Parts: sequence; structure tokens; C-alpha cells
Amino acid sequence: MSKLLDKIEIPKDRFEIRLSGSGGQGMIFGSVVLCEAIGQSGNKSVVQSQSYGPEARGGASKADVVISDNEIYYPKAMKLDLLLAMTQESLDKYYGDLKDHGVLIIDTSLVTEIPTEEFYGIEFTRLARNEIGSIVVSNVMALGAICALTGLFTKEALTEAVLARAPRGTEERNTKAIEIGYAEALKIKKD
Amino acid sequence: MANKKKKLLQGNGACVEGAIYAGMTFYAGYPITPSTEIAEGCAKILPKLGGRFIQMEDEIASIAAIIGASITGHKAFTGTSGPGYSLMSESLGYAYMTETPIVVVNVQRGGPSTGLPTKVGQADTMQARWGTHGDYNAIAIAPSTVGECLTETIRAFNLAERFRTPVTVLLDEVMGHMREIIELPEKGDHEVFDRVKPTAKPEDFEAFEMTDNLVSPMPSYGEGYRYNVTGLTHDVHGFSTNRTDETIMKLDKLYNKIEHFKDEIFKSRVELVDDADVIFISYGTVSRAALQAMQIARKAGAKVGSIQLYTIWPFDYEMIKRATKNCKKVIVAEMNMGQICHEVQKVLDPSIKLETVQRYDGEIITPMELLEKLEEVL
Repeated sequence: MSKLLDKIEIPKDRFEIRLSGSGGQGMIFGSVVLCEAIGQSGNKSVVQSQSYGPEARGGASKADVVISDNEIYYPKAMKLDLLLAMTQESLDKYYGDLKDHGVLIIDTSLVTEIPTEEFYGIEFTRLARNEIGSIVVSNVMALGAICALTGLFTKEALTEAVLARAPRGTEERNTKAIEIGYAEALKIKKD
Repeated sequence: MANKKKKLLQGNGACVEGAIYAGMTFYAGYPITPSTEIAEGCAKILPKLGGRFIQMEDEIASIAAIIGASITGHKAFTGTSGPGYSLMSESLGYAYMTETPIVVVNVQRGGPSTGLPTKVGQADTMQARWGTHGDYNAIAIAPSTVGECLTETIRAFNLAERFRTPVTVLLDEVMGHMREIIELPEKGDHEVFDRVKPTAKPEDFEAFEMTDNLVSPMPSYGEGYRYNVTGLTHDVHGFSTNRTDETIMKLDKLYNKIEHFKDEIFKSRVELVDDADVIFISYGTVSRAALQAMQIARKAGAKVGSIQLYTIWPFDYEMIKRATKNCKKVIVAEMNMGQICHEVQKVLDPSIKLETVQRYDGEIITPMELLEKLEEVL
């Protein structure tokens, strides 16, 4: 038997998400909250994993979330259903891992060179700075957009999960960030 | 039945939950990446439960502290990574020799020495068997999901208590840091084994007496039973000896208490091997890539099976022999330069070809790499 590799396909019962950006943008925090929101929204299996270097800020940072109705074997992404790219570097690095017609969400306030027409562009960082006064919540805003674009979890579950993890005193900012991300995504959502 | 409590946990955090479930009340350790969350979790939870958490000055002191705690009756625990496990090796020997139950989690990273602190590896597999000097038998187990980090840590404590011996739980960086939503077990869901206590009167007590299962009942210090604890080869009272007959008796006891009862320790997951042309053999995180590759390859029409080892040591040679008897080739996949593959080779029928997929660059083996190997050997 030969040509096994021509016949194989990635199992369809997996939905694979990658949140990518630079260290400090809260991609790992975002992935943890995402898992908890999905956990509250049903009975799916969820695996989160991350890669990181020794530095706390800067450098590339990514977190993978795999969702399935069945037992999840391989814990990391194989072919992405959804890629969030918060920096040019992360888009350049991971765009090739996205499935054909996979969901691509880009922070268009930081990313300028985009190799495809097929993407959702939202200026997360600019909106966070101008509308909320802090770029720190741009990751949570992106989760609001993922919520609206995928329907994998409810906005309520997301809000609950974010508020359970976010520091005291940031509730209002985070809730507003989710609302903005959700509303911006609905404006550009395709069927 | 009411829904069980669910929680998003890291592998490291699940080890803490498992240890607490098993009745662990004493942790001493020195934090090291990628195991630090085990120490953090124990520091947070143990004081609330009336247990003790101590951050020691290094790993040498940490293992000495948990051995002492175990002798006073605690179920004692530590977590570390390769560099710390190396420092613990000397006193692991002391625990084997004094037959002291302890559980050590080694969340493996790249080595040797300080190696790759934030990257993954499985190169401490042989160290978990042969890390300290001398003849002894060792138990080491390897979970592959967050849920199993919890249940295998319970099993590690049960085995340590049942066999009066150290047990190593081998995680790796990916396993330790990975998060999954798991159901937290309730009381009664899992068996919890406590060490057998002596029933003899203190004046008749022999600390290392021979028993049917070669494990001597173990009193806690302070309960009125007096005995000597030493790393020197010792007689039934724990006093050092140079007598040849007593030396043989002690070493045979250490070895055979595990060897003769290894069926109680073996655990593996054997999938679709009966009609398989090729069988993956793996353990820990790599098994998830192997199961994924098997599932994908089966869908594409290739006859592939998988053997996942949960118990690494003692090694289940007979199971490997049985499960591979109909196949043409096996692929041993591990994140090192080849350790378990040599154990597999020992029992493989000469007609079966052993292939390997090895990775030691700090990255996990992917299903694609396994499928490429499969394409090559099919």
C-alpha cells in the first residue's frame, strides 16, 4: 500500500482555534477564558495548549484551543478552522496553517499586509484605545468578535468567564470590550 | 444523579487534585519550570486542609523532607522537573531502601542539565527506572490527558502505599501546562489505598518482617513501635548488616515485592491491534498523536493499531509480545533519542521490524510526522 498521505483527511469533528499575537497581548488569557465560555455553553470536549518562551513580554505568543463533541486525541491544532492574528508577525507565521475558507480575524489597526481578501478585519487595538481608553482589553474585544462570528458560545457565558478571571475594578471595561467586539463583528458577518 | 463539578484545569493542577483526593497531607518542594503549578496548587490548598506545604532550599532537602513526613504517617508528595529529579536521585535510593512510600511528579523538559526549561521532552524515562545506584525495582507511570493526571496521581499514591515504595509520575511540559475541562471526582468514585499498619504488639514488632506479599506493615513514628531507619543494608529490625543471607533477603524483597505482583501495576491502552499491519507504541503526550494518526490512517484504509503505556515501569514485556504478534512492523514514538524502543526490541519477534519516530528538539511529535513514517514503512 502506498500513497497513504494522498488519502488522509483531518477529522471533521474537530474545531481548531488559534489566538496569536505578541507576548503581553493576552492571547493565553484569552484562550483560557474561551475554554471556560465553551465549557459553560455545553458538553463539548475542549483542550487548550500554549507555546511560550522564557520572556514575559514581546516575542511571539500563541494559544491553541481544540473543540469537539468526541474524545480529543491530538491536543494541538493540525489545520486551523479559525485564526486570530493580532500582529503582522503572527499572521505571517500562522496564515499557512489556516484551512481553505477558514475564519480569519485580523486586528487591522496593527496588521497591514494581508495575503487574502477572505477575512474579517476589526481595529481591536484602536477601538480599545479610543472607545475604552485601554489597549489591554483588545484581546477580550476579539473574543466578543469570535463569539458573534462562530456562535460557539454565548455572549453571556463569555462575559461571565471574563469577569471571573479579570482583576477587580476592570468589570466595566471588559464588559464594554465584549459588547464592542460583538457588535463590530455582527456588522461585517457574512452568512 | 446530580451533575458532577466540572473544572478547567492544567495537567499540573490535576495532579494536585489527584494527590488531595488520595489523602496527601504533606508537600515539600522547590519550584521549577514546567512543574511550578504543582507547588503553587499545594501551597494554596494544603494549609486550608490542615496539611503542610514547605518550600525547601533545594530538591535534595525536598525529598528528604517528604521521606521523613511519610515515615511519620503522612502521604507525602513533591513535584519537579529533570534537574530537580537528578538532585533527588540519591534520596530516591534511600526511599527504595527504607521502603518509604512517596510520590514524585517529574514534569519533563528538554535535557540534559538545565536544558530547555520551557520545552517538552521525555528523556527521563530510563532515569525513572535506573536513576539511583544499586539493584532495586521501580514504579513509574505516565498519564496523557488532564483527567488522567488526576486519576493516575491517585493511582501513584495507591501503588506507593500498597508496595511501600517511591512512585514516579512522568509528565512532560505539554501535559503539565495543557488545560482541559474535567469532571472532579466525588468521594467513593476512586479507590484510595492506605498503608497496612502493624497488628503485632510493639515488643514483638519486626519493621521489615517477611510477609506473604513481601510488604511489611508500616507504623507511623510516634505510635509506639520502635525501629531503625537506615540506607545501609539492614535486617528485619532495620539494623545494618553485612550478613550475606540477610543481604540477599533484603534485596530479593525489594525486587520481588514488585516483580511478583506486577499484574497489579500494569496498565495500558491497546487499540485495534488484532488486524494491524503496523502498531504505534508510545506513552504520555505522544500517545495522543499516535491515537490521532491511527484514527486518520484507519479512515484512509490503512491497518494501524496503537499501544499506549500508562505503566512504564515495571515494563510489560508480555503484553507487548502478545499485542504485536500479528503485525509486521511497530513504530515506537518518543520525545527522546530512543529509550523505550530498546525495551520493545527485547521482546519483539525477530520477524517484526522496529521503526522509530524520535524528537528531541523541544517540540511535540505531531500526527503528521507519524503518518509520514507510516507512509514510508507500509
